[in-house]
Amino acid sequence: MTSIPKPAPGAKKLGLVIDLDTCVGCQACAVSCKEWNTSGHMAPLTDLDPYGARPDGVWFNRIHSYEAGDGAAGRTVHFPRSCLHCEDAPCVTVCPTGASYKRAEDGIVLVDADLCIGCKLCSWACPYGAREYDEDAGVMKKCTLCIDRIYNETLGEEERVPACVSVCPTRARHFGDLGDPDSEVSQLVAERGGFELMPEQGCKPVNRYLPPRPRAAPPVPSPSPSQTAEAATPIANRLLAWADRVLSR
Amino acid sequence: MHENSVDRGRTASESTDRIAYSTPTHDRVATTTCYMCACRCGIRVHLKDGRIRYIEGNPDHPVNRGVLCGKGSAGIMTQYSPARLANPLLRVGARGSGEFREISWAHALDLATSWLAEVRARDPRQFAFFSGRDQSQSLTGFWAAQFGTPNFAAHGGFCSVNLAAAGLYSVGGSFWEFGEPDWEHARLFLLWGVAEDHDSNPIKLGLSRLRERGARIIAINPVRTGYGAIADQWISLRPGTDGLFVFSLIHELLAADRIDLEFLATHANAHWLVIDAPGTAEHGLFLRDAAGNPLAWDRTAGLVPAGRPGISPVLAGTMSLPDGRGAHPVFHLLAERYLSPEYAPEAVAPRCGIDVGTIRRLAAELAAAAFADPLELPCPWTDTEGRRHATMLGRPVAMHAMRGIAAHANGFHTCRAIHLLQLLLGAVDRPGSWRYKSPYPRPIPPGPGPAGATVAPDTPIDGTLLGFPQGPEDLLVDGSGEALRIDKAFSWEAPLSLHGLLHMVLPNAAAGDPYRIDTLLLYMSNMAWNSAMNPAQNIEALTARDAHSGEYAIRRVIYADAYSSETVPYADLVLPDTTYLERFDCISLLDRPIGSAHGPADAIRQPVLQPNRNVRPFQDVLLELGARLGLPAFANTDGNPRYRDYADYMVNHERRPGQGPLAGWRGENGEQIGIGAPNQRQIARYIENGCFWQHELPPGQQYYKYANRDYLEGAVAMGLLDNAERIVLQLYAEPLQRLRLAAEGHGRRQPPARLRARVAKYCDPLPFWHPPLGAQEPQTFPLSAITQRPMPMYHSWGSQNAWLRQIIAANRLYMNRATAARLGLAEDDWVKVTSRSGELRCQLALMEGVNEATVWTWNAIGKRTGAWNLADDAPESTRGFLLNHVISAFLAPEGGHADSNSDPVTGQAAWFDLRVRVEKCSAEAAHTTPRFEPLPRPPGLAPPPAILRYNAKDAP
Repeated sequence: MTSIPKPAPGAKKLGLVIDLDTCVGCQACAVSCKEWNTSGHMAPLTDLDPYGARPDGVWFNRIHSYEAGDGAAGRTVHFPRSCLHCEDAPCVTVCPTGASYKRAEDGIVLVDADLCIGCKLCSWACPYGAREYDEDAGVMKKCTLCIDRIYNETLGEEERVPACVSVCPTRARHFGDLGDPDSEVSQLVAERGGFELMPEQGCKPVNRYLPPRPRAAPPVPSPSPSQTAEAATPIANRLLAWADRVLSR
Repeated sequence: MHENSVDRGRTASESTDRIAYSTPTHDRVATTTCYMCACRCGIRVHLKDGRIRYIEGNPDHPVNRGVLCGKGSAGIMTQYSPARLANPLLRVGARGSGEFREISWAHALDLATSWLAEVRARDPRQFAFFSGRDQSQSLTGFWAAQFGTPNFAAHGGFCSVNLAAAGLYSVGGSFWEFGEPDWEHARLFLLWGVAEDHDSNPIKLGLSRLRERGARIIAINPVRTGYGAIADQWISLRPGTDGLFVFSLIHELLAADRIDLEFLATHANAHWLVIDAPGTAEHGLFLRDAAGNPLAWDRTAGLVPAGRPGISPVLAGTMSLPDGRGAHPVFHLLAERYLSPEYAPEAVAPRCGIDVGTIRRLAAELAAAAFADPLELPCPWTDTEGRRHATMLGRPVAMHAMRGIAAHANGFHTCRAIHLLQLLLGAVDRPGSWRYKSPYPRPIPPGPGPAGATVAPDTPIDGTLLGFPQGPEDLLVDGSGEALRIDKAFSWEAPLSLHGLLHMVLPNAAAGDPYRIDTLLLYMSNMAWNSAMNPAQNIEALTARDAHSGEYAIRRVIYADAYSSETVPYADLVLPDTTYLERFDCISLLDRPIGSAHGPADAIRQPVLQPNRNVRPFQDVLLELGARLGLPAFANTDGNPRYRDYADYMVNHERRPGQGPLAGWRGENGEQIGIGAPNQRQIARYIENGCFWQHELPPGQQYYKYANRDYLEGAVAMGLLDNAERIVLQLYAEPLQRLRLAAEGHGRRQPPARLRARVAKYCDPLPFWHPPLGAQEPQTFPLSAITQRPMPMYHSWGSQNAWLRQIIAANRLYMNRATAARLGLAEDDWVKVTSRSGELRCQLALMEGVNEATVWTWNAIGKRTGAWNLADDAPESTRGFLLNHVISAFLAPEGGHADSNSDPVTGQAAWFDLRVRVEKCSAEAAHTTPRFEPLPRPPGLAPPPAILRYNAKDAP
């Protein structure tokens, strides 16, 4: 079985912070991820039966929509799901060949396709269902945190973020070093009460989700406008009052 | 390999994993404009080894500022779609059989030219040219006028003409296309009937900004998905009752006197006097002086021109005119109407299916947001009277409306009502409110009436086919008041049908009502499927034969599309178009530009890839056909083409001296904007700038544009407006009263007897609420049925996309859990959905976030078997469906005549008025119905691959 390296002192913990407050479930991040990665480090992201009855391909990022609560008081929640780059990643420790590994220097969990035997133990071990088996290649694939973008020196500094972060139309996705308490993403998590997904699994995921902000209550003045004394005035008198109003234009 | 690699984990330096960190992403990056939906975002296409590596949003682009939606990123799969047509096709079997043979372009253009020349020489009206989601309407509409037919429109009559017409006749702009919320300053935002689209990325960016700023978002929609999911409050109205709801808010605001009276008297026509002389030809018109200026009543001077600065106008009361007639200020009439008890919350709430408190609270909240805590920008500006204002006072209540408002037969008046609400709050183009996208505002209405009343062989029509009627004299009707256009646009049946009635073209043409069409040219409009009110009705029209001659009732159909859509098999001649990445195109100020509140903008598309098929850009083809037909704008006097191709036209065509399709870099040296001589380097300049042009207005010109002297003068200098006069916002729409007076028997042009009551009722100069047209039969059809658009899908184009169809390839009918319990239905049940006009079968899904009196489904997922080069058992056709199958283009016949299922003012297709009954049915077949005959694969298309391993690195 494969062990997890002890992070070096001060090593980065790169990950995503996903804001459930503004995610509208538009799938932009999922498609952009597929677009980048199908020609990226784990290329291709194969699609089986792409124009047939059961189109089914490899996606590193999938969006789920749920309803929570009943009636008008309930809400619809859109929930993007991808690898959380866990500190205690069971997908790594379960790997019999060392193909699945966690990098000591930045915490990114990767699969070495040359070593992967396609046994799928990692996908069984991952409690988040974040692994994607490419049947065609016989290899397990997964989110690389766009490792070939974030360190890509041919790209401008501002482009060196994962594709899903760069594309998000509601700016609901953030990328950074969650090991550094002073980083922008750590600050965001602290401010907004960012949470760990399924902590009871003990995987210590690096990614964080930001909860929906509390709903803004209407600033209701009381009494409501039409219940004031003025409002009880009959229409004719109301019109008279307006007729007397001096306006200049 | 490290000896202990398995046991101790690795660092990157130790790893055997070969990571190429810094592979160059491209050999070349080309900017262009996306066309995966109507948004027109700027994109950067990274090309590697001749293939697309990836497409990203252009960070400099004003529309999307670097972001991109799921559709935009999936552009790769649309580019490489196996549904792309490969050659011109000539029909060899019966229409609908899908039997074609491939022909050369020379042959195709010879044929098209001979067909078109023949009909043009005989009767140009018998040629109709309708396009779909066309972004080149300034060319296509101009081409139709040059041909000499009035029968042209795009798909706006289907989509949102109610918003356009209501806005352009009220505030001189409109929701979506000609306006946007002030995302930076709004504190309260109302999202009316927005079905997850229109527009896409700007709304998403804006919503995110509102959440970040802590503004309150209220979604008014029978369905709570997408945008509604992140709103602070969801108000679920019964479909079609939004107007009532708005009037009750207006009632509350008037009753409490929480309105911006000063704004109304300064910027709107609240003080204009309306003649009160029932039974006369002037009743309800504005009182005017001899020069035609509307008059107001000044407190000291009496009758004065309403536009005179410094007057103190009276806003309420009955004035006795010197000639004995009476008159009321507009505000008096509207206050009287909306203070009536019929619009009180108690009367309205039960009809909308909400409680009275919801209305009262929202009215209070609107007033508080607009007036309680002043928002003032320290930004000086000067009004049209030359008065300098030190600041801009805001009204931070913004609104956006879309299809849920538009697609009802009462949508015109409902949208007018929303504009009225904005006006009463003073929340139009002020900080925090809804704002105009430049080049709007325009005069109200913005232009002359529609051209095309007279038609002659081989003669162009002078003027704009889709114009703006001011009254009966501008309608396109004959001596007996009957329609002159095939879709009956601008007739008494739909006097303000500014975008035409795409949905009526085929049914009318096949019925010969008002006449027959010889040749039909369709572009990018899937009229035999989802761009039909009812696909079977349109298919029937396309295949109907004349009883005497045996020929097809619509004798010839020419269709241009890039893909193997459901409409291809019904064409006689198919002209294959390129993809959006293979051609020049322009997003023009003459048409539907990409301007924003910050200033005018336009854009181009450039070919990023060369087509690998025998296809041509439709715009190039149209220009060549125009030249071959000798249309004066497209052929030189020697008969040669005036323009080499569309790119040449974009640069050198002048609609007016110095004004052409593109506004940027005009003048010989490219130093002029808006107006200037053609610049032969213009396209190069656009490409250097990321394929767009934008003129950023100075801050002092960004609000109050209707009365902002510097803005208006600047707009005239750029050719956006003809004069810099103040644009007075119209609470009361006089053009409608002119139509109503005609219906009451006044004037030279009057509606036919059968339409008089209808015109008199619906052409109301003040907005009102009316139920959907036709019999409602609430007992038989108790549920409203509507559609939403999935964010990652756009019309039917998405289905050919290998990635997008993995997100959604089949659709369910969504119903509220409580409703299902009452009907004895459960999740996954197969159900029969019955409407007045048809039935379909589909599978049910239950949810909380839908109005109990409403069912809904995703739009345009269902496909016809065999279309789009999908497998015959593709979920789109086995488990997908269109709600359109139970909609009809017509209302139930009454007295032997069936009216069009459209808004009686604008002709907007009323597909959200659908009512249905839902019953459990057997799951034996477990596929959706109706099913149509499978379509064969057109020649030139290869069977689609069974496996797709797209990787730009492995270019073939």
